[in-house]
Amino acid sequence: MIEEAVDLTSQEFDRGFMSALAPAREKLRACIQCGTCTASCASAYAMDYTPRQLWRMIQLGLKDEVLNSKALWLCSICYSCTLYCPRGIPLTETIGTLKRMAVNEGIRKHKESRNFYRAVMDTVRNHGRMDEVEVMIRYFLSTNPLMAVNYAPLALTMLSKGKVSLGLPKLVGPGKLDKLFDKVEELEGKR
Amino acid sequence: MKYTYYPGCSLKATAKEYDLSTRAVMSELGAEFEELEDWTCCGASAVETISYLLALALPARNLALAEQGKGNIQFVASCTACYVNHRKVEERVRETPDLLDTINEALSVEGLAYTGKAKVRHLLDVIANDVGPEAIAGRVKRPLVGLRVAPYYGCQTVRPYSPFDDPDQPESMDRVLAALGTQVYPNPMKAQCCGGTLLTTKREVGIKLVSNLLEAVEGADCIATVCPMCQMNLDAYQGQVSQKLGRPVSIPILYLTQLLGLAFGLPEKQLGLGYNIVPFESLPAKLAA
Repeated sequence: MIEEAVDLTSQEFDRGFMSALAPAREKLRACIQCGTCTASCASAYAMDYTPRQLWRMIQLGLKDEVLNSKALWLCSICYSCTLYCPRGIPLTETIGTLKRMAVNEGIRKHKESRNFYRAVMDTVRNHGRMDEVEVMIRYFLSTNPLMAVNYAPLALTMLSKGKVSLGLPKLVGPGKLDKLFDKVEELEGKR
Repeated sequence: MKYTYYPGCSLKATAKEYDLSTRAVMSELGAEFEELEDWTCCGASAVETISYLLALALPARNLALAEQGKGNIQFVASCTACYVNHRKVEERVRETPDLLDTINEALSVEGLAYTGKAKVRHLLDVIANDVGPEAIAGRVKRPLVGLRVAPYYGCQTVRPYSPFDDPDQPESMDRVLAALGTQVYPNPMKAQCCGGTLLTTKREVGIKLVSNLLEAVEGADCIATVCPMCQMNLDAYQGQVSQKLGRPVSIPILYLTQLLGLAFGLPEKQLGLGYNIVPFESLPAKLAA
Protein backbone atom coordinates (compact mmCIF):
# COMPACT_ATOMS: atom_id res chain seq x y z
CA MET A 1 0.00 0.00 0.00
CA ILE A 2 1.35 3.43 -0.90
CA GLU A 3 1.07 5.73 2.06
CA GLU A 4 0.92 9.44 1.49
CA ALA A 5 2.61 11.54 4.10
CA VAL A 6 0.58 14.15 5.96
CA ASP A 7 2.54 17.37 6.18
CA LEU A 8 2.23 18.27 9.83
CA THR A 9 3.97 21.65 9.45
CA SER A 10 1.00 23.00 7.53
CA GLN A 11 -1.69 21.48 9.78
CA GLU A 12 -3.57 23.08 12.58
CA PHE A 13 -3.90 21.09 15.76
CA ASP A 14 -7.60 20.95 16.60
CA ARG A 15 -7.75 20.89 20.39
CA GLY A 16 -11.49 20.41 20.49
CA PHE A 17 -11.35 17.32 18.30
CA MET A 18 -9.84 14.89 20.77
CA SER A 19 -12.04 16.12 23.58
CA ALA A 20 -15.15 15.65 21.43
CA LEU A 21 -14.29 11.97 21.19
CA ALA A 22 -15.35 11.13 24.73
CA PRO A 23 -15.79 8.54 26.15
CA ALA A 24 -12.99 6.87 24.14
CA ARG A 25 -10.51 9.73 24.30
CA GLU A 26 -8.50 8.62 27.34
CA LYS A 27 -8.16 5.18 25.82
CA LEU A 28 -7.27 6.56 22.39
CA ARG A 29 -4.31 8.27 24.04
CA ALA A 30 -3.12 4.78 24.98
CA CYS A 31 -2.80 3.62 21.34
CA ILE A 32 0.73 2.30 20.80
CA GLN A 33 0.47 2.15 16.99
CA CYS A 34 0.96 -1.61 16.92
CA GLY A 35 -1.29 -1.98 13.86
CA THR A 36 -3.23 -5.00 15.08
CA CYS A 37 -6.42 -3.12 14.15
CA THR A 38 -5.29 -2.71 10.54
CA ALA A 39 -4.16 -6.32 10.34
CA SER A 40 -7.58 -7.51 11.54
CA CYS A 41 -9.60 -5.20 9.25
CA ALA A 42 -11.11 -6.86 6.17
CA SER A 43 -11.58 -3.59 4.30
CA ALA A 44 -8.35 -1.80 5.32
CA TYR A 45 -6.92 -2.61 1.89
CA ALA A 46 -9.39 -0.19 0.30
CA MET A 47 -8.95 2.67 2.79
CA ASP A 48 -7.10 5.92 2.18
CA TYR A 49 -5.83 5.87 5.77
CA THR A 50 -5.59 2.60 7.65
CA PRO A 51 -7.22 2.29 11.08
CA ARG A 52 -3.80 2.56 12.77
CA GLN A 53 -3.10 5.79 10.89
CA LEU A 54 -6.50 7.19 11.85
CA TRP A 55 -5.82 6.78 15.57
CA ARG A 56 -2.48 8.57 15.24
CA MET A 57 -4.12 11.37 13.27
CA ILE A 58 -6.68 11.74 16.03
CA GLN A 59 -3.90 11.97 18.63
CA LEU A 60 -2.36 14.71 16.47
CA GLY A 61 -5.66 16.57 16.27
CA LEU A 62 -5.95 16.31 12.48
CA LYS A 63 -9.71 16.71 12.45
CA ASP A 64 -10.23 17.58 8.78
CA GLU A 65 -8.11 14.70 7.50
CA VAL A 66 -9.88 12.24 9.77
CA LEU A 67 -13.42 13.40 9.06
CA ASN A 68 -12.76 13.54 5.32
CA SER A 69 -11.24 10.07 5.26
CA LYS A 70 -13.22 7.51 3.28
CA ALA A 71 -11.97 4.91 5.74
CA LEU A 72 -14.88 5.80 8.04
CA TRP A 73 -17.39 4.59 5.44
CA LEU A 74 -15.48 1.41 4.67
CA CYS A 75 -15.84 0.17 8.22
CA SER A 76 -18.43 -2.60 8.16
CA ILE A 77 -18.78 -2.55 11.97
CA CYS A 78 -17.48 -6.11 12.43
CA TYR A 79 -15.70 -5.39 15.75
CA SER A 80 -12.55 -7.32 14.82
CA CYS A 81 -10.27 -4.40 15.70
CA THR A 82 -12.11 -3.92 19.00
CA LEU A 83 -11.68 -7.60 19.83
CA TYR A 84 -7.96 -7.73 19.08
CA CYS A 85 -6.79 -4.28 20.29
CA PRO A 86 -4.21 -5.05 23.01
CA ARG A 87 -4.96 -1.70 24.66
CA GLY A 88 -8.67 -2.39 24.94
CA ILE A 89 -9.71 0.71 22.98
CA PRO A 90 -13.34 0.68 21.76
CA LEU A 91 -12.24 1.30 18.17
CA THR A 92 -15.41 0.31 16.31
CA GLU A 93 -17.44 2.55 18.59
CA THR A 94 -15.01 5.40 17.91
CA ILE A 95 -15.54 4.99 14.16
CA GLY A 96 -19.27 5.35 14.88
CA THR A 97 -18.62 8.62 16.72
CA LEU A 98 -16.46 9.87 13.84
CA LYS A 99 -19.20 8.99 11.33
CA ARG A 100 -21.71 11.04 13.33
CA MET A 101 -19.26 13.97 13.47
CA ALA A 102 -18.70 13.77 9.71
CA VAL A 103 -22.45 13.65 9.06
CA ASN A 104 -23.07 16.61 11.38
CA GLU A 105 -20.35 18.62 9.61
CA GLY A 106 -22.11 17.85 6.31
CA ILE A 107 -18.93 16.71 4.55
CA ARG A 108 -19.89 16.48 0.88
CA LYS A 109 -17.67 13.65 -0.23
CA HIS A 110 -19.49 11.26 2.08
CA LYS A 111 -22.80 12.10 0.41
CA GLU A 112 -23.64 8.60 -0.83
CA SER A 113 -23.12 6.78 2.44
CA ARG A 114 -24.80 9.57 4.40
CA ASN A 115 -27.82 9.62 2.09
CA PHE A 116 -28.20 5.87 2.39
CA TYR A 117 -28.22 5.89 6.19
CA ARG A 118 -30.60 8.86 6.19
CA ALA A 119 -32.93 7.04 3.81
CA VAL A 120 -33.03 4.12 6.26
CA MET A 121 -33.78 6.33 9.26
CA ASP A 122 -36.41 8.42 7.44
CA THR A 123 -38.19 5.21 6.46
CA VAL A 124 -38.06 3.93 10.04
CA ARG A 125 -39.37 7.23 11.39
CA ASN A 126 -42.19 7.03 8.88
CA HIS A 127 -43.37 3.42 9.33
CA GLY A 128 -41.63 2.29 12.49
CA ARG A 129 -40.08 -0.47 10.43
CA MET A 130 -37.70 -0.77 7.55
CA ASP A 131 -39.07 -1.20 4.09
CA GLU A 132 -36.21 -2.08 1.77
CA VAL A 133 -37.97 -0.82 -1.36
CA GLU A 134 -38.76 2.54 0.21
CA VAL A 135 -35.20 2.88 1.55
CA MET A 136 -33.77 2.36 -1.93
CA ILE A 137 -36.25 4.78 -3.54
CA ARG A 138 -35.37 7.45 -0.97
CA TYR A 139 -31.67 6.76 -1.47
CA PHE A 140 -31.82 7.06 -5.26
CA LEU A 141 -33.95 10.21 -5.14
CA SER A 142 -31.59 11.93 -2.69
CA THR A 143 -28.37 10.88 -4.43
CA ASN A 144 -28.80 10.17 -8.13
CA PRO A 145 -31.91 8.53 -9.61
CA LEU A 146 -29.77 6.96 -12.36
CA MET A 147 -28.11 4.77 -9.72
CA ALA A 148 -31.25 2.64 -9.79
CA VAL A 149 -29.94 0.98 -12.98
CA ASN A 150 -27.10 -0.67 -11.03
CA TYR A 151 -29.56 -2.25 -8.65
CA ALA A 152 -32.11 -3.39 -11.24
CA PRO A 153 -30.82 -6.98 -11.65
CA LEU A 154 -30.87 -7.60 -7.90
CA ALA A 155 -34.30 -5.96 -7.58
CA LEU A 156 -35.69 -8.25 -10.29
CA THR A 157 -34.29 -11.33 -8.57
CA MET A 158 -35.83 -10.26 -5.28
CA LEU A 159 -39.19 -9.54 -6.93
CA SER A 160 -39.28 -12.86 -8.76
CA LYS A 161 -38.43 -14.69 -5.53
CA GLY A 162 -41.20 -12.86 -3.69
CA LYS A 163 -38.70 -11.39 -1.24
CA VAL A 164 -39.89 -7.84 -1.86
CA SER A 165 -43.12 -6.45 -3.24
CA LEU A 166 -43.65 -3.25 -5.15
CA GLY A 167 -45.86 -0.56 -3.71
CA LEU A 168 -45.89 3.20 -3.87
CA PRO A 169 -44.11 4.48 -0.76
CA LYS A 170 -45.84 7.03 1.43
CA LEU A 171 -43.24 9.78 1.62
CA VAL A 172 -45.29 12.47 3.36
CA GLY A 173 -47.67 12.64 6.30
CA PRO A 174 -47.27 11.89 10.01
CA GLY A 175 -44.84 9.12 10.89
CA LYS A 176 -45.17 6.28 13.36
CA LEU A 177 -42.10 7.32 15.36
CA ASP A 178 -42.29 11.13 14.98
CA LYS A 179 -42.71 11.71 18.72
CA LEU A 180 -39.74 9.59 19.72
CA PHE A 181 -37.46 11.01 17.01
CA ASP A 182 -38.48 14.59 17.94
CA LYS A 183 -37.88 13.99 21.63
CA VAL A 184 -34.44 12.49 21.00
CA GLU A 185 -33.51 15.50 18.84
CA GLU A 186 -34.67 17.79 21.63
CA LEU A 187 -32.61 15.90 24.23
CA GLU A 188 -29.55 16.00 22.00
CA GLY A 189 -29.99 19.75 21.55
CA LYS A 190 -30.65 19.51 17.82
CA ARG A 191 -34.00 21.32 17.95
CA MET B 1 -39.75 -22.30 27.92
CA LYS B 2 -41.33 -18.92 27.09
CA TYR B 3 -39.67 -16.31 24.91
CA THR B 4 -40.58 -12.88 23.62
CA TYR B 5 -39.77 -13.09 19.92
CA TYR B 6 -38.45 -10.05 18.08
CA PRO B 7 -38.28 -10.96 14.38
CA GLY B 8 -37.00 -7.58 13.17
CA CYS B 9 -37.68 -5.89 9.83
CA SER B 10 -35.71 -8.19 7.51
CA LEU B 11 -37.62 -11.26 8.66
CA LYS B 12 -40.84 -9.61 7.53
CA ALA B 13 -39.46 -8.91 4.06
CA THR B 14 -36.30 -10.20 2.39
CA ALA B 15 -35.70 -12.88 5.02
CA LYS B 16 -39.23 -14.34 5.27
CA GLU B 17 -37.76 -17.83 5.15
CA TYR B 18 -35.85 -17.17 8.38
CA ASP B 19 -39.05 -16.12 10.18
CA LEU B 20 -41.04 -19.08 8.80
CA SER B 21 -38.39 -21.64 9.66
CA THR B 22 -37.71 -20.14 13.10
CA ARG B 23 -41.38 -20.40 14.06
CA ALA B 24 -41.74 -23.90 12.67
CA VAL B 25 -38.60 -25.24 14.30
CA MET B 26 -39.05 -23.59 17.70
CA SER B 27 -42.59 -24.87 17.90
CA GLU B 28 -41.33 -28.36 17.03
CA LEU B 29 -38.79 -28.01 19.85
CA GLY B 30 -41.54 -27.08 22.29
CA ALA B 31 -40.36 -23.49 22.89
CA GLU B 32 -43.10 -20.88 23.21
CA PHE B 33 -42.25 -18.00 20.91
CA GLU B 34 -44.61 -15.07 21.34
CA GLU B 35 -44.04 -12.22 18.90
CA LEU B 36 -43.68 -8.83 20.57
CA GLU B 37 -46.66 -6.63 19.74
CA ASP B 38 -46.13 -3.23 18.10
CA TRP B 39 -42.37 -3.71 17.80
CA THR B 40 -40.39 -1.23 15.76
CA CYS B 41 -37.02 -1.19 13.99
CA CYS B 42 -33.87 -1.34 16.14
CA GLY B 43 -32.15 1.23 13.92
CA ALA B 44 -30.07 -1.37 12.04
CA SER B 45 -26.55 -0.23 11.21
CA ALA B 46 -27.79 3.17 10.07
CA VAL B 47 -28.83 4.76 13.34
CA GLU B 48 -25.38 5.13 14.86
CA THR B 49 -24.38 7.50 12.07
CA ILE B 50 -27.35 9.73 12.89
CA SER B 51 -27.67 9.82 16.69
CA TYR B 52 -26.07 8.25 19.76
CA LEU B 53 -29.25 8.52 21.83
CA LEU B 54 -31.59 7.27 19.12
CA ALA B 55 -29.36 4.20 18.75
CA LEU B 56 -30.30 3.39 22.34
CA ALA B 57 -33.87 4.71 22.43
CA LEU B 58 -35.10 2.68 19.44
CA PRO B 59 -34.16 -0.74 20.83
CA ALA B 60 -35.07 0.38 24.37
CA ARG B 61 -38.59 1.04 23.10
CA ASN B 62 -38.91 -2.64 22.19
CA LEU B 63 -37.42 -3.81 25.47
CA ALA B 64 -39.82 -1.54 27.38
CA LEU B 65 -42.77 -3.01 25.43
CA ALA B 66 -41.55 -6.52 26.25
CA GLU B 67 -41.23 -5.71 29.94
CA GLN B 68 -44.78 -4.39 30.31
CA GLY B 69 -46.47 -6.37 33.04
CA LYS B 70 -44.04 -9.28 32.91
CA GLY B 71 -41.44 -10.85 35.16
CA ASN B 72 -38.42 -12.55 33.66
CA ILE B 73 -38.33 -11.76 30.01
CA GLN B 74 -36.17 -13.62 27.53
CA PHE B 75 -36.08 -11.29 24.54
CA VAL B 76 -34.95 -13.29 21.51
CA ALA B 77 -33.67 -11.64 18.33
CA SER B 78 -33.02 -13.87 15.36
CA CYS B 79 -31.30 -11.14 13.35
CA THR B 80 -27.75 -10.52 14.45
CA ALA B 81 -27.85 -6.74 13.97
CA CYS B 82 -31.09 -6.57 16.00
CA TYR B 83 -29.42 -8.68 18.68
CA VAL B 84 -26.40 -6.40 18.97
CA ASN B 85 -28.47 -3.20 19.00
CA HIS B 86 -30.76 -4.42 21.79
CA ARG B 87 -27.88 -5.92 23.71
CA LYS B 88 -26.04 -2.60 23.46
CA VAL B 89 -28.78 -0.97 25.55
CA GLU B 90 -28.26 -3.54 28.32
CA GLU B 91 -24.49 -3.12 28.25
CA ARG B 92 -24.38 0.68 27.99
CA VAL B 93 -26.85 1.13 30.85
CA ARG B 94 -24.78 -1.25 32.98
CA GLU B 95 -21.62 0.78 32.23
CA THR B 96 -23.31 4.18 32.63
CA PRO B 97 -26.42 3.89 34.84
CA ASP B 98 -27.28 7.59 34.31
CA LEU B 99 -28.12 6.76 30.69
CA LEU B 100 -31.25 5.01 31.88
CA ASP B 101 -32.87 8.33 32.87
CA THR B 102 -32.09 9.90 29.50
CA ILE B 103 -33.40 6.89 27.60
CA ASN B 104 -36.57 6.86 29.68
CA GLU B 105 -37.08 10.57 29.20
CA ALA B 106 -37.12 9.87 25.47
CA LEU B 107 -39.45 6.88 25.86
CA SER B 108 -41.83 8.88 28.07
CA VAL B 109 -43.38 10.46 24.94
CA GLU B 110 -44.94 7.06 24.31
CA GLY B 111 -45.68 6.39 27.99
CA LEU B 112 -43.01 3.66 28.08
CA ALA B 113 -40.23 2.92 30.54
CA TYR B 114 -37.29 0.53 30.34
CA THR B 115 -36.10 -1.07 33.57
CA GLY B 116 -33.47 -3.56 32.44
CA LYS B 117 -35.49 -6.66 33.31
CA ALA B 118 -35.52 -7.95 29.75
CA LYS B 119 -32.61 -10.22 28.92
CA VAL B 120 -31.52 -10.04 25.31
CA ARG B 121 -30.63 -13.35 23.64
CA HIS B 122 -29.57 -14.41 20.17
CA LEU B 123 -31.65 -17.17 18.58
CA LEU B 124 -28.45 -19.21 18.12
CA ASP B 125 -27.80 -19.00 21.87
CA VAL B 126 -31.32 -20.29 22.59
CA ILE B 127 -31.01 -23.14 20.07
CA ALA B 128 -27.48 -24.18 21.06
CA ASN B 129 -27.70 -23.68 24.82
CA ASP B 130 -31.32 -23.62 26.06
CA VAL B 131 -32.43 -26.44 23.78
CA GLY B 132 -29.01 -27.97 23.20
CA PRO B 133 -27.57 -30.54 20.77
CA GLU B 134 -28.88 -33.53 22.71
CA ALA B 135 -32.52 -32.50 22.65
CA ILE B 136 -32.10 -31.50 19.01
CA ALA B 137 -30.62 -34.87 18.07
CA GLY B 138 -33.61 -36.50 19.77
CA ARG B 139 -35.99 -34.73 17.34
CA VAL B 140 -34.13 -35.63 14.17
CA LYS B 141 -36.27 -37.77 11.87
CA ARG B 142 -34.16 -37.44 8.74
CA PRO B 143 -30.46 -37.20 9.61
CA LEU B 144 -28.59 -35.00 7.14
CA VAL B 145 -25.83 -37.57 6.82
CA GLY B 146 -23.23 -36.82 4.19
CA LEU B 147 -24.27 -33.19 3.81
CA ARG B 148 -21.18 -30.98 4.08
CA VAL B 149 -22.33 -27.82 5.82
CA ALA B 150 -20.00 -24.89 6.43
CA PRO B 151 -21.06 -22.95 9.53
CA TYR B 152 -20.92 -19.17 9.09
CA TYR B 153 -21.56 -17.05 12.16
CA GLY B 154 -20.71 -13.65 10.72
CA CYS B 155 -19.26 -10.93 12.89
CA GLN B 156 -21.82 -9.42 15.24
CA THR B 157 -23.32 -12.74 16.33
CA VAL B 158 -20.24 -13.12 18.55
CA ARG B 159 -18.82 -9.60 18.66
CA PRO B 160 -18.56 -7.28 20.49
CA TYR B 161 -20.72 -9.20 22.97
CA SER B 162 -19.79 -12.85 23.45
CA PRO B 163 -21.84 -14.19 26.34
CA PHE B 164 -22.44 -17.57 24.73
CA ASP B 165 -19.56 -18.32 22.41
CA ASP B 166 -15.98 -17.55 21.49
CA PRO B 167 -15.67 -14.18 19.68
CA ASP B 168 -12.95 -15.46 17.34
CA GLN B 169 -13.58 -19.20 16.88
CA PRO B 170 -17.22 -19.78 17.79
CA GLU B 171 -18.53 -23.34 17.81
CA SER B 172 -22.09 -23.34 19.13
CA MET B 173 -23.51 -23.72 15.62
CA ASP B 174 -20.98 -26.47 14.81
CA ARG B 175 -22.42 -28.53 17.67
CA VAL B 176 -25.98 -28.04 16.45
CA LEU B 177 -25.03 -29.00 12.88
CA ALA B 178 -23.28 -32.14 14.14
CA ALA B 179 -26.44 -33.07 16.07
CA LEU B 180 -28.34 -33.02 12.75
CA GLY B 181 -25.98 -35.64 11.33
CA THR B 182 -24.24 -33.26 8.93
CA GLN B 183 -20.57 -33.28 8.17
CA VAL B 184 -19.40 -29.93 9.57
CA TYR B 185 -17.20 -28.41 6.89
CA PRO B 186 -14.19 -26.54 8.32
CA ASN B 187 -14.60 -22.80 7.83
CA PRO B 188 -11.57 -20.74 8.79
CA MET B 189 -13.58 -17.56 8.11
CA LYS B 190 -16.61 -18.49 10.18
CA ALA B 191 -16.59 -15.27 12.21
CA GLN B 192 -15.31 -12.86 9.54
CA CYS B 193 -17.50 -10.08 8.20
CA CYS B 194 -19.67 -10.40 5.07
CA GLY B 195 -19.39 -6.67 4.41
CA GLY B 196 -22.78 -5.71 5.84
CA THR B 197 -24.13 -2.55 4.18
CA LEU B 198 -20.96 -2.17 2.09
CA LEU B 199 -22.72 -4.31 -0.54
CA THR B 200 -25.01 -1.33 -1.04
CA THR B 201 -22.76 1.64 -0.30
CA LYS B 202 -19.32 0.36 -1.44
CA ARG B 203 -20.23 -2.48 -3.79
CA GLU B 204 -16.74 -3.42 -5.01
CA VAL B 205 -15.33 -3.81 -1.51
CA GLY B 206 -18.40 -5.76 -0.43
CA ILE B 207 -18.05 -8.19 -3.35
CA LYS B 208 -14.41 -8.77 -2.41
CA LEU B 209 -15.34 -9.64 1.18
CA VAL B 210 -18.12 -12.00 0.03
CA SER B 211 -15.73 -13.61 -2.49
CA ASN B 212 -13.21 -14.28 0.29
CA LEU B 213 -15.87 -16.00 2.37
CA LEU B 214 -17.28 -18.13 -0.46
CA GLU B 215 -13.81 -19.17 -1.63
CA ALA B 216 -12.88 -20.27 1.87
CA VAL B 217 -15.53 -23.01 1.88
CA GLU B 218 -15.48 -24.14 -1.76
CA GLY B 219 -16.25 -27.86 -1.60
CA ALA B 220 -19.03 -27.54 0.97
CA ASP B 221 -22.60 -28.41 -0.12
CA CYS B 222 -24.10 -25.37 1.58
CA ILE B 223 -23.42 -22.66 4.12
CA ALA B 224 -25.45 -22.25 7.32
CA THR B 225 -26.15 -18.71 8.59
CA VAL B 226 -27.98 -17.10 11.51
CA CYS B 227 -28.20 -13.52 10.22
CA PRO B 228 -30.40 -12.12 7.42
CA MET B 229 -27.72 -9.64 6.32
CA CYS B 230 -25.10 -12.39 6.00
CA GLN B 231 -27.57 -14.64 4.20
CA MET B 232 -28.53 -11.95 1.68
CA ASN B 233 -24.97 -10.87 1.00
CA LEU B 234 -23.71 -14.42 0.47
CA ASP B 235 -26.79 -15.54 -1.50
CA ALA B 236 -27.63 -12.61 -3.77
CA TYR B 237 -24.25 -11.66 -5.23
CA GLN B 238 -22.86 -15.00 -6.38
CA GLY B 239 -23.18 -13.92 -10.03
CA GLN B 240 -20.83 -11.00 -9.41
CA VAL B 241 -18.54 -13.17 -7.31
CA SER B 242 -18.31 -15.64 -10.22
CA GLN B 243 -17.36 -12.78 -12.55
CA LYS B 244 -14.72 -11.56 -10.14
CA LEU B 245 -13.20 -14.99 -9.59
CA GLY B 246 -13.50 -16.01 -13.25
CA ARG B 247 -15.25 -19.29 -12.44
CA PRO B 248 -18.80 -20.21 -11.53
CA VAL B 249 -19.62 -20.08 -7.83
CA SER B 250 -22.96 -21.49 -6.78
CA ILE B 251 -23.55 -22.60 -3.23
CA PRO B 252 -26.89 -22.54 -1.38
CA ILE B 253 -26.96 -20.30 1.71
CA LEU B 254 -29.42 -21.72 4.21
CA TYR B 255 -30.54 -20.50 7.59
CA LEU B 256 -29.60 -22.82 10.43
CA THR B 257 -33.32 -23.09 11.18
CA GLN B 258 -34.01 -24.36 7.65
CA LEU B 259 -31.48 -27.15 8.18
CA LEU B 260 -33.04 -27.97 11.55
CA GLY B 261 -36.44 -28.14 9.88
CA LEU B 262 -35.16 -30.42 7.09
CA ALA B 263 -33.66 -32.78 9.67
CA PHE B 264 -36.89 -32.71 11.70
CA GLY B 265 -38.73 -33.76 8.55
CA LEU B 266 -40.86 -30.59 8.39
CA PRO B 267 -42.51 -29.80 5.04
CA GLU B 268 -40.29 -27.59 2.82
CA LYS B 269 -43.05 -25.02 2.52
CA GLN B 270 -42.98 -24.37 6.28
CA LEU B 271 -39.28 -23.68 5.94
CA GLY B 272 -39.64 -21.16 3.11
CA LEU B 273 -37.07 -23.06 1.05
CA GLY B 274 -38.39 -21.45 -2.14
CA TYR B 275 -37.24 -17.99 -1.02
CA ASN B 276 -33.52 -18.69 -1.03
CA ILE B 277 -31.99 -17.28 -4.20
CA VAL B 278 -29.42 -19.97 -5.02
CA PRO B 279 -31.61 -23.06 -5.36
CA PHE B 280 -30.80 -26.16 -3.38
CA GLU B 281 -32.81 -28.76 -5.23
CA SER B 282 -29.69 -30.86 -5.16
CA LEU B 283 -29.83 -31.15 -1.41
CA PRO B 284 -32.78 -33.49 -1.07
CA ALA B 285 -31.37 -35.58 -3.93
CA LYS B 286 -28.09 -35.84 -2.12
CA LEU B 287 -29.85 -36.76 1.10
CA ALA B 288 -31.88 -39.41 -0.66
CA ALA B 289 -28.76 -40.90 -2.26
